[in-house]
Amino acid sequence: MRLLLIEDDNSVADFIVRGFKEAGHTIDHADNGKDGLFMATTESYDALIIDRMLPGVDGLSITRTLRASDDNTPVLILSALGQVDDRVKGLQAGGDDYLVKPFAFSELEARIEALSRRSQGKTETETTLSIADLHMDLLSREVWRGEQVIVLQPRDFQLLEYLLRHKGQVVTRTMLLENVWDYHFDPQTNVIDVHISRLRAKIDKEFDTQLIHTVRGAGYKIDATG
Amino acid sequence: MRLADQLRTTTFLMTLRYMVLFFVSVTILFVFISWSATGYFEQEIDATIEAEVAGLSEQFIQRGPQGLASIITTRINASPDGDAVYLIADADLKPLLGNISEWPVLIADTDGWVSFEHTETNGGSVTVRAQIFVPQPDLRLIVGRKVRALEQLTRLFDRTLFWGLTITLALALIGGLMMSNNVLRRVAQFNSTSRRIMDGDLTQRMVTTGTGDEFDELAKNLNTMMDQIESLMNNIQHISDNIAHDLRTPLTRLRNRLEDLRPDSECTESEEIDACIEDAEGLLATFASLLSIARIESGTYETALNSVSLAQCVRDAYELYKALADEKSISLSCDAPGKIEVRGDRNLLFQAITNLLDNAIKYTPTGGTVSISLHHEPDNVVLSVTDSGPGIPADKREQVLQRFFRLDESRSEPGAGLGLSLVQAIAQRHGARLELDGHATGLIVRLIFPAGTPTAG
Repeated sequence: MRLLLIEDDNSVADFIVRGFKEAGHTIDHADNGKDGLFMATTESYDALIIDRMLPGVDGLSITRTLRASDDNTPVLILSALGQVDDRVKGLQAGGDDYLVKPFAFSELEARIEALSRRSQGKTETETTLSIADLHMDLLSREVWRGEQVIVLQPRDFQLLEYLLRHKGQVVTRTMLLENVWDYHFDPQTNVIDVHISRLRAKIDKEFDTQLIHTVRGAGYKIDATG
Repeated sequence: MRLADQLRTTTFLMTLRYMVLFFVSVTILFVFISWSATGYFEQEIDATIEAEVAGLSEQFIQRGPQGLASIITTRINASPDGDAVYLIADADLKPLLGNISEWPVLIADTDGWVSFEHTETNGGSVTVRAQIFVPQPDLRLIVGRKVRALEQLTRLFDRTLFWGLTITLALALIGGLMMSNNVLRRVAQFNSTSRRIMDGDLTQRMVTTGTGDEFDELAKNLNTMMDQIESLMNNIQHISDNIAHDLRTPLTRLRNRLEDLRPDSECTESEEIDACIEDAEGLLATFASLLSIARIESGTYETALNSVSLAQCVRDAYELYKALADEKSISLSCDAPGKIEVRGDRNLLFQAITNLLDNAIKYTPTGGTVSISLHHEPDNVVLSVTDSGPGIPADKREQVLQRFFRLDESRSEPGAGLGLSLVQAIAQRHGARLELDGHATGLIVRLIFPAGTPTAG
């Protein structure tokens, strides 16, 4: 992936740049809004990470400018404010996702992966999702593992669907709460874990290959290779 | 403004007190004026009668009884309807000459004066003040004057006093009402502004009229106070933002470094590092809760207020926590039918509900029951979470709402003691009331929302 980070706080920027480089991505860094906007419009990136408060041009203005010129590169907005109304403003300006500082790098990485995949796969409308011998039919809402039909409750189905749509990627607990339950706040509880373990009991328990993996300190991942 | 409210105001009571004082002093003044004026009239009458008696006595000495009779006749004829009264009678009090027909029933005064009631030709009765003059033993002469003018004057005074006081009373009442109305309007403005401020809108200021009166003075002082409070609040917010940035950032960096350090293979160090990461995450979570409580309480959290289906939130929370309850063999039940709505922030309300459920499940022993219900009461929407846990002693129920407060029995459980504080802050933001109550086998927590009223500023 080729990423652009527009962030004026050097310590935060360093840790993000280092993290993505270690993960094997290319990342450019601009430390002010003007340079950032220039780079974003002249170069081609898979995703942009933009701090909300910037000297020169602020993050929301950059996002709005890009969207106004039909540039649909996924944008993740970073903010130290961390309130719901900020999130709403960020998304209204054309941001695709919003992350509150400080954050764990794994959370940022998971969200950026999800964003870039989403933008790539946006055109095709999938009717089936699958991984290894697990198949999900989105129309009949049925799930099979091999020949065996697995009965899932609606929410477990949604949970599995979200994991499958991001197969091979880490999804965090907050992302699950936001996308499967549609509530935005940091869950300070292990309640999501219980749902995952229940899902696991249904699709993994009696099979040799485990598909749902716990990624320590980050979240979960559905993957055939483990 | 209701009249009853107005009659209770300080201004009106003050007006009323002044009115009574004024009433009394005006009455005293009138009585004094009337007393001195009638006294003066009485003296005038007495002097006139004395002068006449002296004149008649002189005439009698010079011209005898005939002269007396002729002068009296002349005087009577000169003004037949006048105030002068004359009567000459013989020793047996038989009338001989005069403008009254018979010897009257006299009421003697202490100092040689007499008075009597005289019936006039038109039927009216009038008091006459007179002196008896005896020029010679077989003649009695009454010389008097009708005190008609004096009586009229007294009546006039009485009437003036009555109407004067009535008008004064009416004017004072109207004036009092107007004054208190004016004052009450200003006070009502102050009240509505301060209510808006209490609801969290610190930008509100008292209205000044520019007249520089006491109310303007008060408004200016209150506004200055509000400016200071607002700047203090901004400082606090600034500080809390700094806490967020300055303390949470290094903590996050610490956490991320620990993650970097984690070796790929499962070994003792790896477990230790995982434990460190978990600790760091616990601290970060505590900071996050603390900051959101502070922001919600200070009103700086600009909640997007919409009509939220609280019933749907409750059902979602139930669905989210059912799995957790099942795992602990707790029977969780939910009764939130239909579409009960309140105005508020959906995410905050959901967070409050999940906090309550989280607590209830955490403190209810295996095999217990937890139920969540939402229903309409006449004036309220009541959300209640009932568990079969150990409950909270009545005297500790206030304290558990404080930050970091934990019951001794629950110290072994994970958590920082911020859950209920956050629920409390969210409740206040939505104009709702948080109530803790006990029952035979556990705790009942109620969130009481005012029904159908827009809440939170």
